[in-house]
Amino acid sequence: MFRLSEVALDPSVLSRALANASAGACVTFEGWVRDNNAGRGVRRLDYQAYAPLAESEGQRILAEARRQFAIVDIRCVHRVGALAIGELAVWVGVSAAHRDAAFAACRYVIDEVKKRVPIWKNEHYADGESGWLHPDNTPVASEQIARGTPAGEA
Amino acid sequence: MTYRVLYFASLRDAAGCDAEQVSAAVTDARELYAQLRRKHSFTLNAARLRIAINGEFAAWERPLTDGDEIAFLPPVSGG
Repeated sequence: MFRLSEVALDPSVLSRALANASAGACVTFEGWVRDNNAGRGVRRLDYQAYAPLAESEGQRILAEARRQFAIVDIRCVHRVGALAIGELAVWVGVSAAHRDAAFAACRYVIDEVKKRVPIWKNEHYADGESGWLHPDNTPVASEQIARGTPAGEA
Repeated sequence: MTYRVLYFASLRDAAGCDAEQVSAAVTDARELYAQLRRKHSFTLNAARLRIAINGEFAAWERPLTDGDEIAFLPPVSGG
């Protein structure tokens, strides 16, 4: 199950849902909001999603992982909205009979989610600027924001 | 033709809205984006975008139909 969440995530609660008597391995990944990117101080992030397509594409990725790896259960939750430094932004959890499949499936899902799911990150920098990150990881909107175009600061 | 166009991330900031109704005499998504790019001064090239039509990823070549909901998707940065 892939879902978006507007509220803070509790990894211990999320992990418990993976429990299964046939599983001998559990691998989880937590993506956290860090206080820097590309040499700039970051104060906080906003995540924006195209929710219906993000959820359907996320489900597709989980279904691919189920086909490719011998796993028992797999889940992913991605935050949207305003996040503070240190908050959990994305969580992937996999249970499997054995660890190899659990590690591989977890890695597959986080990599594909970052590549394919329509979610965007707006970094608010320590110097007061902000900008949406697009795939080469450079902010695109900072010049518009600097000119005063309505942005995510509302 | 009338379309509903959805904007995200830097395109949303530049357009100043998350969605708008657009009347345009085009059925080609590239031409529609070119018109909207001029209107809103979008900095992103079409080559950097994907599109979705009615909630599903679609090829740029797919002809648009009156009433379609079209999303121009900047490169994603989740995770």
